[in-house]
Amino acid sequence: MSFQAELLVAGESGQGSALVLTAPISFWGGVDPKTGLIADVRHPQHGETIAGRVLFLPGTIGSSSASAVLLELVKNGHAPAAIVMHEPDAILLLGLIVAQEMGWETPVAVRLDTSRFPKRDTGQTRVSESGRITFSGGL
Amino acid sequence: MAVALDARQRETAQRADGAGMAMRIVARAADLLGAPRLIPIASAHIDGALYHGDSGTLFAEKLVEGGAKVAVRSTLNVGALDLTGCSRDRLPPHERAMARRMMDAYRALGCEPSWTCAPYQAGHRPALGTDVAWGESNAVVFCNSVLGARTNRYGDFLDIACAVAGVAPDHGLHRAENRLASFVFDVSGLDAPFLGSEIAWPVLGSLYGREAGNAVGVVVGIGESPGEDRLKAFGAAAASTGAVGLFHIAGVTPEAPDAETVLGRVGAKQIIRVTAEMVADARMRLSTAERPDRIDAVAIGSPHLSPVEFTELARLLAGRNSAIPFYACTGRHTLAEIERRGLVETFQAAGVTIVADTCVVVTSILPDNVSGVLMTNSGKFAQYAPGNTGYAVLYGSLADCVESAVTGRPVLAQEAR
Repeated sequence: MSFQAELLVAGESGQGSALVLTAPISFWGGVDPKTGLIADVRHPQHGETIAGRVLFLPGTIGSSSASAVLLELVKNGHAPAAIVMHEPDAILLLGLIVAQEMGWETPVAVRLDTSRFPKRDTGQTRVSESGRITFSGGL
Repeated sequence: MAVALDARQRETAQRADGAGMAMRIVARAADLLGAPRLIPIASAHIDGALYHGDSGTLFAEKLVEGGAKVAVRSTLNVGALDLTGCSRDRLPPHERAMARRMMDAYRALGCEPSWTCAPYQAGHRPALGTDVAWGESNAVVFCNSVLGARTNRYGDFLDIACAVAGVAPDHGLHRAENRLASFVFDVSGLDAPFLGSEIAWPVLGSLYGREAGNAVGVVVGIGESPGEDRLKAFGAAAASTGAVGLFHIAGVTPEAPDAETVLGRVGAKQIIRVTAEMVADARMRLSTAERPDRIDAVAIGSPHLSPVEFTELARLLAGRNSAIPFYACTGRHTLAEIERRGLVETFQAAGVTIVADTCVVVTSILPDNVSGVLMTNSGKFAQYAPGNTGYAVLYGSLADCVESAVTGRPVLAQEAR
């Protein structure tokens, strides 16, 4: 099963198990920049890691330092394998743009309506460089 | 790219140096935002020099290595270190070294070492209607609302990129049509003694922020200007509970001679009539410690204290000493002012630690205390201290904070209902 999503920031294709967040997240204060673990105790996916996952984001909230957290995750190898977001968030995605300026490899980021997000974390999911999302575990 | 660059901007964006890197970042951000063009800015306030990890330091150093310099006046927000030596941080050696390198790099880019979240108290006050690129949520909301200059909420990297490029995406609050109010926040039903009190402003600000989200509103029912310190407290609280970049107060802030003007032709989509119950609830929500029997520290100065607020602190202390750790956060401009007045020794003798260039919520200064209770009169500290420091918060007025510090136990003159 696959979908073509709109490319937001070009980057490396990515493959990993899907992590579908059920609530918006603030990267600053919400995600540990050293590990990629979701640190916000009030978030439904608290304790899950975003590192190496195909991350489905219904929305982002909060601090304008989200880009700094994502840049740090890219640098230390704990970024998501790919980012799929309902709405583009310039502050978060700026972290990828800056990482590219630094010469670091960044995951691809695409836009997809939440209505097409998997209902739960499925098995392996792949997002190609052109923004095609393929679920191997079904929906 | 959808954004239209002029010939010079295009040429800059193709360069391999720091200026090219800055222009590409601004242009790509403009694209993501859907901005049609870039507009010149008159100044910047840079929030990016606060250490979150090594990558931010390396980014700033890459700009320096590329020969980048800011094109406009650029003040710096707080860093992770108190370079004045007034207070001591507890950062591990690697973090302290990288935080220092980061602060040095931003200075090398030509930014002013103001190190304050209240640049408007340090002489950085852009004129009404000018476009600027400011970071730090309370500075953004003060700049837009009280000064009437125009900025979006610029975050890490984009703030310095705009300062180097001298331009910003034409988007959001830079455009007049997005500065009109869409809702009314009516406080005329609240009693005058409350509206005249210090705590009215952080409490109403936190309520306003939760109601507003990212919408622009106009406050009605305020008789006369409460003064800059109270507007600062309102904006900081509002910007910490909501994504508030701009508020208006009818008859007080410069774009709102009256509510009708700033509501424009569309008018109000919603009228929020603030009640005493809403105020009591908002005040209660500022505290996370429920009726604590002790407090472990007091912290004030978010945003950074002004000279007037230090005078008030000295008056309330009235020669008495704090029995517990007491932190008063400020900028070095204000520190110089209170040094001139000979007040620094007075505060030291009273057991007050002045924290300059940084604050106790963004860097590690408070003693480790997993069950600690921090008392504050700042709506912004109240919002962020639990997550960032681990301390529970008790909210009270400045007078309550001082009485509690002197007696070493919580004293609240005005109980939250």
